Amino acid sequence: MKLEKKKKPTPAISTSALPDIVFMLLFFFMVTTVMRQTDLKVKVVVPQATEIQKLEKKSLVSYIYIGSPSDNYKAKFGTAPRVQLNDAFATPKQVPEFIEKERAARSEAEVPFLTTSIKADRDAKMGIVTDVKQELRKVNALKLNYSSSKRSEVY
Amino acid sequence: MAKKKDRGTPEVNAGSMADIAFLLLIFFLVTTTIDTDKGIAIRLPPMPEPDQPENNIKLKERNVLKVLVNAADQLLVDGKPLSIKELKKTAKEFIDNPMKDPTKAESPLKAVISLKNDRGTSYNLYIQVHNELKAAYNELREAKAQNDYGKSLEKLPEAQQEEIRNYYRQVISEAEPEDLGGN
Repeated sequence: MKLEKKKKPTPAISTSALPDIVFMLLFFFMVTTVMRQTDLKVKVVVPQATEIQKLEKKSLVSYIYIGSPSDNYKAKFGTAPRVQLNDAFATPKQVPEFIEKERAARSEAEVPFLTTSIKADRDAKMGIVTDVKQELRKVNALKLNYSSSKRSEVY
Repeated sequence: MAKKKDRGTPEVNAGSMADIAFLLLIFFLVTTTIDTDKGIAIRLPPMPEPDQPENNIKLKERNVLKVLVNAADQLLVDGKPLSIKELKKTAKEFIDNPMKDPTKAESPLKAVISLKNDRGTSYNLYIQVHNELKAAYNELREAKAQNDYGKSLEKLPEAQQEEIRNYYRQVISEAEPEDLGGN
């Protein structure tokens, strides 16, 4: 006759290390998080390119968005591509003022390293982009980066 | 006298710690935008001084590669229509000129690429043109690094990288765009 085995309940998995693991993940995300500062009012799908470089210091970058107004603003602003600076629609003429403000917010030593990143929609026309470029030249903001995403295939 | 039992401080219940941490974690996960800011870096030419006399530096015809882009996103390179797919090859041949073609640049140091686009050119094509020209220079630099030092450009010491970069100096001159029609 077989002895009946005593049924042992499966031992509970120790969860005491769980908070540690979760905290580790939490800190990782806290450190890597960059809060989105501006509310995008224009639709931007950046073009793709192969020869792209990373923007080094995020704190030294000012962004100019160019694209057609997103759905909420279409009724008011139409569909023609527009410039967005900070949180508002703008015209290329307002770019120098924007750059001056960006410079004033940084220390003097950092000003020469300020980069402007143009995040323009791939369907935008060069006319508006050129206007912005000319304004940037006027205020001597010559470091420019055309934001683009990575394309794997090469022509 | 009865001795008091030493009970010590009661332990804090840490059971809900994981829940709190998870909540925070999920919050950060949702708000995180792993925003990879990448793009094509260029340097704009400074604005000419208003009182500066116009000095049109005459460049030899053969040292300039003229790239024109019209409002219909078509390319004209040195007077011939070209597809964007061939631009890199054409630019490389123009800059390096291994066959010493008298219509191409005398030396990479003298080569200048002149880019002119219409106001109606799409931004996408403009970026593609910049990208192809940059790719041409990058490939030439890489080839020279392999040829001269037998190593890839990134693995070379800073001084040699600088030397190669200066040998193949990227000079792109952008003319003010014209409004030639189209939208």
